[in-house]
Amino acid sequence: MQVLQYLINGISIGAVYAIIALGYTMVYGIAKMLNFAHGDVIMVGAYISFCVTNYLGLPAIVSVIAAMGVCTILGIIIEKLAYKPLRGTSSLAVLITAIGVSYFLQNAAQLIWSSSPKNFTSIVTMDPIALFDGRLIITGEVLVTVLISALVMVGLTLFTGKTKTGKAMRAVSEDRDAAQLMGINVNQTISTTFAIGSALAAIAGVLLCSTVPTLMPTTGSMPGIRAFTAAVLGGIGSIPGAMLGGILLGIIETLSKAYLSTQFSDAIVFSVLIIILLVKPAGLLGKQVQEKV
Amino acid sequence: MNEYSKKMLKVPTYTLLREQDMDKLPVLDVRNLGIDFGGLTAVDSFNITIGPTEISGLIGPNGAGKTTIFNLLTSVYQPTRGSILINGIDTKGMTTHKVTKLGIARTFQNIRLFTDMTALDNVKVGLHNEIKCPFVCSLFHVPPYQKAEKRATEKAMELLDFMGLADIADQKAGSLPYGVQRRLEIVRALATNPSIVLLDEPAAGMNPSETTELMHQIRRIRDTFHIAIFLIEHDMNLVMNVCEAIAVVNYGRIIAKGTPDEIRQDPAVIEAYLGREEGKAEC
Amino acid sequence: MKQLLKNKNSRTNMITYLVVIVAYLIMQTLNSMDMLGSSVRGYLVPLCVYISLAVSLNLLVGICGELSLGHAGFMGIGAFSGIVIASLLKGTVQSDTLRLIAAMIAGGAMAGVMGFLIGIPVLRLRGDYLAIVTLAFGEIMKNIVGNTYVGVDDTGFHFAISPTKMRLGEGGKYFINGPLGATGVEKLANFTMGFLLVMVTLFVVLNLINSKEGRAIRAVRDNRIAAESVGINVTAFRMKAFVVSAFLAGMAGALFGLNYSAITATKFNFNTSINILVFVVLGGMGNILGSVISATVLYILPEAMRGLEDFRMILYAVVLILVMLFTWSPKFKEATAVFTGKIKGIFRPGKEAGNNE
Repeated sequence: MQVLQYLINGISIGAVYAIIALGYTMVYGIAKMLNFAHGDVIMVGAYISFCVTNYLGLPAIVSVIAAMGVCTILGIIIEKLAYKPLRGTSSLAVLITAIGVSYFLQNAAQLIWSSSPKNFTSIVTMDPIALFDGRLIITGEVLVTVLISALVMVGLTLFTGKTKTGKAMRAVSEDRDAAQLMGINVNQTISTTFAIGSALAAIAGVLLCSTVPTLMPTTGSMPGIRAFTAAVLGGIGSIPGAMLGGILLGIIETLSKAYLSTQFSDAIVFSVLIIILLVKPAGLLGKQVQEKV
Repeated sequence: MNEYSKKMLKVPTYTLLREQDMDKLPVLDVRNLGIDFGGLTAVDSFNITIGPTEISGLIGPNGAGKTTIFNLLTSVYQPTRGSILINGIDTKGMTTHKVTKLGIARTFQNIRLFTDMTALDNVKVGLHNEIKCPFVCSLFHVPPYQKAEKRATEKAMELLDFMGLADIADQKAGSLPYGVQRRLEIVRALATNPSIVLLDEPAAGMNPSETTELMHQIRRIRDTFHIAIFLIEHDMNLVMNVCEAIAVVNYGRIIAKGTPDEIRQDPAVIEAYLGREEGKAEC
Repeated sequence: MKQLLKNKNSRTNMITYLVVIVAYLIMQTLNSMDMLGSSVRGYLVPLCVYISLAVSLNLLVGICGELSLGHAGFMGIGAFSGIVIASLLKGTVQSDTLRLIAAMIAGGAMAGVMGFLIGIPVLRLRGDYLAIVTLAFGEIMKNIVGNTYVGVDDTGFHFAISPTKMRLGEGGKYFINGPLGATGVEKLANFTMGFLLVMVTLFVVLNLINSKEGRAIRAVRDNRIAAESVGINVTAFRMKAFVVSAFLAGMAGALFGLNYSAITATKFNFNTSINILVFVVLGGMGNILGSVISATVLYILPEAMRGLEDFRMILYAVVLILVMLFTWSPKFKEATAVFTGKIKGIFRPGKEAGNNE
């Protein structure tokens, strides 16, 4: 029963990683860049939601929508100002700029909301479900998180598979130049991707802080790195891969903390990543691309 | 005309061996070579034997598997079936850099020079294994290292001069004209001290006068270094004039082997490759 | 010597050495005349450490073209190995300088060995996957170092990775106390040693770049398949560069560790790795002098802006983004070219402005 409880907790935190990882994976697939500022967009989303519920006293759902709106706009602005001018140049230059953006967001948040942690109240008001005479407890947060992440994944899969914009996104990620020649507006497609990724980050931020209720300017960075790891683990660029990677990572983290060692959970998580990459160099569901000679 | 091309050539079609190479160990001996990509058979039952001083050609329509064969010979791909012997040594399981040390060097269809480096440095990279000096030596630039380095520079200049490229030695490889880049790639391949050089479409992108020049140079390479040359080319004029033996592939299989004259008249080749107009290739 | 100066590469190298030597002499003179504030004096050793780290990372990122996000991990390994060695040698080796040198070599060796072990799996990967695995190893190294207990008591030397297994006898002394890090460290580091570290790092990296090994490494970066086709063992070369880089980072880490009386493993986290990477990229990939200068400027910049309090890091971020945009973006480059052209036009009337191509 204990194992089951840990498993459920693992899936719950993993589902949050998965939503963040989806943002990483989409942006990577299309703009071919590691957006290190993604984790900090999560933090901004959580702060917006916190402010809307605590200072304006509006209901939780409104706060989530507000967070999504602000993050979407933020994502588009970041892309336009910081990343777009560097498109086509060294990917390392873009990476460093992303780091600059990450510093900027963290320090801006510190100026606005101060560095002292805020106590985030969960947006979920559902009572926990107790099973097997209370030996197994599923909290409302767990249910909502898992449900939302499943919805997000299905939604995204349908979106990229069925809609015109989604197909354009896939085309751009396969071959940007060819897509442009086919009349796809590459700049707009990349903007859309950032918008979607940032909106997802907002959702992830709210869910993350509902599960782990301390909110600080650095709240986003470690889950950001974890989620990035999850995206690579699942095969970066792949939507189901991000989902699988996120959940796996969550489970490994929870189980290793419970049964192996609390101090070494980081080392264990990253070791699993390394082992998987050695066996499958493009991640679990990634496509292996061989260089043509 | 040099001494080799005068003695033309009664080559048995099944081996592609030149007469004077008959009793020598072939530099390249390929038996029943094949590779599958997924379910697709890209190359199958490929046999060829090349003597130590032979110029031979590999022709075939686009997508016939010619470059794949070169990639197999240089261990870029590992074959699914068959064996490759270079100077009598089986290359099975070897990596590309090990195979190169056995004496096989190549150029690439889509030129692969070190574009950020000078022409001279490109050749010196080719001479890498000739500069014998341990890691610590080069870390501290001791006199023996400097001597070896100086010898390498001289050797590289010599090779560049051989192909008429001495005056562009200090230019960045990426900034050179196409034809020059192709020749520089040949020089770099020669620097590895090979016993056979594979040229993948050496004349592609060259104008007719450059191609004529290249034909002389290919013969000169063989006569100077006494090495074998195996080339893929679509320019039939070059192939028919330079090669002493030709293999034709289509759909990954050899459909004909022989002297240029025999190939010109081979009905299978004409049908598969040369088109209806006999002897004239439009490709 | 004359011949040396003819060669453009050797000339740049000479300039690099000269810049460092002159900077050292100036700072040392100012220091001996007591003209440096205590805070500035405190920056000198870490500055040397960061310069060395940037130069050694440039070997990996700039010259080899492999993005490494775990450089701070090697630094951490070096720091803690150095601290342990320096503490162990206390009493046996009298000279502080010798003890420091031994600690630095030990730190470098430890990091080098670690680099080799990590290199075996890491170097099978490429590009972004290699980057994420170096990040992972950096975090693993930090995690392990942060949970290591090393100490000595009457019965001898003790080592454990769990607090329960670590029992020191009466009067025993911890060198590294798990998450609490190393405390009561002797401050052996000094500016002259920092200067020597920078010189050694420059010597190794510059010589390596300008040797046949360096040529091969650049060839591998330019075109891996072509490099293999001329007989270069690509994996071996990436490994050599990786180990050398780790060794130098370990030496720098040892000096860093012995510059503070207390230090914890959290200092060697992902952010530190990223900061070093920022030095390298801003200084110019493969440009060693650039790394030296950008490490200096970027290290001093936030310190100099301390007066701005909360705004200093946000300003740093803005400066970072703007510098990246101005140095890399084609549009910005064009704009600056036109601008400088116009300025030149003012000073050289008669010539068309912006027509300096």
